[in-house]
Amino acid sequence: MASTKTDDAFVEFDRVQKSYDGETLVVKDLNLSIGRGEFLTMLGPSGSGKTTCLMMLAGFETATHGDIRLGGTEINNIPPHKRGIGMVFQNYALFPHMTVAENLSFPLEVRKMGKSEREAKVQRALDMVQMGDFGGRRPAQLSGGQQQRIALARALVFEAELVLMDEPLGALDKQLREHMQFEIKHIADNLGITVVYVTHDQTEALTMSDRVAVFEDGRIQQLDPPDTLYEQPKNSFVAQFIGENNTLMGKVEKIDNAANTAEVRLDDGSLIDTIPVNVSEVGERTLVSIRPERVEFNKDRLHADAHTLKAEVLEFIYMGDIYRTRLRVAGNENFIVKTRNAPDQRRLKAGEILDIGWRPQDCRALDA
Amino acid sequence: MSDTAQSGPVLAADGTPLKKSLARALRLQKTRALLLIAPLLLFVLVSFIVPIGQMLWRSVENDIVSDTLPLTVQALKTWDASAGELPDEAVYAAFARDMIVAVKAKEHTKLGTRLNYEQTGISSMFRQSGRKVGKWDPVADAPFKQKLIDVHDGWGDINTWRVIQTHARKVTPGYFLNAIDMRLTPDGATTQPEDKRILIKLFGRTLFMSLIIMGSCILLGYPIAWLLANLPMRQANILLILVLLPFWTSLLVRTSAWKVLLQSQGVINEILVWLGLITDEGRLVMINNQFGTIVAMTHILLPFMILPMYSVMQTIPQTYLRAAKSLGATNWTAFWRVYFPQTVPGIGAGSILVFILSIGYYITPEIVGGTKGVFISNRIAYHISSSLNWGLAAALGTILLAVVLLLYWCYDKIVGIDNVKLG
Repeated sequence: MASTKTDDAFVEFDRVQKSYDGETLVVKDLNLSIGRGEFLTMLGPSGSGKTTCLMMLAGFETATHGDIRLGGTEINNIPPHKRGIGMVFQNYALFPHMTVAENLSFPLEVRKMGKSEREAKVQRALDMVQMGDFGGRRPAQLSGGQQQRIALARALVFEAELVLMDEPLGALDKQLREHMQFEIKHIADNLGITVVYVTHDQTEALTMSDRVAVFEDGRIQQLDPPDTLYEQPKNSFVAQFIGENNTLMGKVEKIDNAANTAEVRLDDGSLIDTIPVNVSEVGERTLVSIRPERVEFNKDRLHADAHTLKAEVLEFIYMGDIYRTRLRVAGNENFIVKTRNAPDQRRLKAGEILDIGWRPQDCRALDA
Repeated sequence: MSDTAQSGPVLAADGTPLKKSLARALRLQKTRALLLIAPLLLFVLVSFIVPIGQMLWRSVENDIVSDTLPLTVQALKTWDASAGELPDEAVYAAFARDMIVAVKAKEHTKLGTRLNYEQTGISSMFRQSGRKVGKWDPVADAPFKQKLIDVHDGWGDINTWRVIQTHARKVTPGYFLNAIDMRLTPDGATTQPEDKRILIKLFGRTLFMSLIIMGSCILLGYPIAWLLANLPMRQANILLILVLLPFWTSLLVRTSAWKVLLQSQGVINEILVWLGLITDEGRLVMINNQFGTIVAMTHILLPFMILPMYSVMQTIPQTYLRAAKSLGATNWTAFWRVYFPQTVPGIGAGSILVFILSIGYYITPEIVGGTKGVFISNRIAYHISSSLNWGLAAALGTILLAVVLLLYWCYDKIVGIDNVKLG
């Protein structure tokens, strides 16, 4: 698993800032260290600064302030072609006038490698992405998924230790994308390379990464492994950006710092149990977040002393593997409950009135 | 469902063959489409195909001798020129009768002009003789042989008759031979005398200078096209207007402006003298020579090079260069190995355009070219408007057309015309 310690960081952003126009900062005070062999994903909406960070690392943008280090060496003033970083671009950027083999051979040629060595490496890289027979084709003759594999092979063929990927699966259809996610992950693990992966697709980020950095407004909002990120979002942006999320507005009624619990009085007057994440004072406005799959309406499974809320079923949607039920809870008409399609699972009907509840640790009181 | 097991043609639902019923269904559409393009088709036919066809025909057409002197031509058929004797009275009589008719119709001077291309002096022979022969009577004044020789001793020269005999054919290769500095003589095709051999040199010069102009357009246009494709929208638009500006100025004005700039008392020379870089006596000769033509035509044809290159470069994303650099290529390698090959279609399109335009250019070489900087087109214009030798002009034009088609074909073989992108 990835190391998060700074002293053996392979890639390091140290107080990096970036501005294009001298008026606004696109990247604000970025501090990030990535361990050797780690798969780190930069996740965020467009305009959050994640691609700018990647381009600064690749050398296509210069940092306005701060240092970027690679393997302990400062690389701010090293031109991109001397950094030895592999990169997979959004639209693959395979050279259309070269064959697949020539594309792969290109980085080796510019490194003045001998012909036989080149050919062996190209073939090995092609075999690695299961495209061994496609060396003579032109990129235009390949499907999107195949081009994706070639782009990956080209970024790996010169044995870069660090590979950057800028939304590499964005142009593929859903099924292929899911398949490629695992494949990229496996290849990266097998080769032991460090990957910095940029995406705006949170599923992709969760399935592939060792750690995910959630970007918003030029800052990293949270940097954690996928499970922590999903289950323990640190603020309301992360909670809403990652996965589906139910939110309720209320005021902090009571805080017990020792037990790490808080009671929140919702706007309609009902009281619920939460854990305080970034609320500290009684009376503070808060946004309470609960994951749809953590909501319980089966009385037998609820704690006896748990606070419950009255809910009315508005809509029941059958989605195959899960049931998705829309409820009205404390005035929120978009309160979603997800239940697994299991033999003993109850299908709710529109109009039913239920009591719903949850474990206090699943209900997080965040900044409003 | 179609019945694939059934042998023979596939049938439509009503039993007619499917192909037939498809053709019927499409016929209305096709007719309508044809009617839509009919005006254009007609226009192209009248203004393009017919004139070119006529030019091609004119370059070999030679009706004038056999039309004006039908009896003479008939009579000369039996005459053996190699015997070294003048034709007999029958030929002279036929000629006199033809001439009497021709003089009435005032055709004999035209014939004289035509034959004069082949042998100098014949034109005046026809004009002088016409005045007298026109008054003769075809029956009463016979015999004619001696009388004609008395009128002009040229009729007693065996060569005159050989020329008439040689050019009596209705279709002649003579103009084409002339166009490549040869001529059709009674003894077959021979080269022109040294002092008349100018056309091949002109062709060579036209090709050579067109290549130089094309080359300088590529060198000057490439960076501009690159800027156009890579600058931010606003600046690129301003630059594009600057590129297109010459299109909105009269060609004549632009060419004359170069005259002002380049002449020996012109702006450039004055500045150089004032700066002391050249002496007053040593003013540079930059106009009325090849240099002037090349400079002015490069300037005029530059947009035709820039625009196709620009449209191709616009489609090449910056990520290719970035990808190349991330793979370890220096700026130069990235440009040369990745960017440049992708712009070749644009260079090809621009080059064809500029080369073909310049090979037939007329106005600019005429104004700034002097005698050393003129093109073959200036010679064609001379033969059309001054010497009135339209047959030769047509032959030159046909050769020019053939050269262009040949180069186009070569280009297709080497680069491939599919690789050319105009936009």
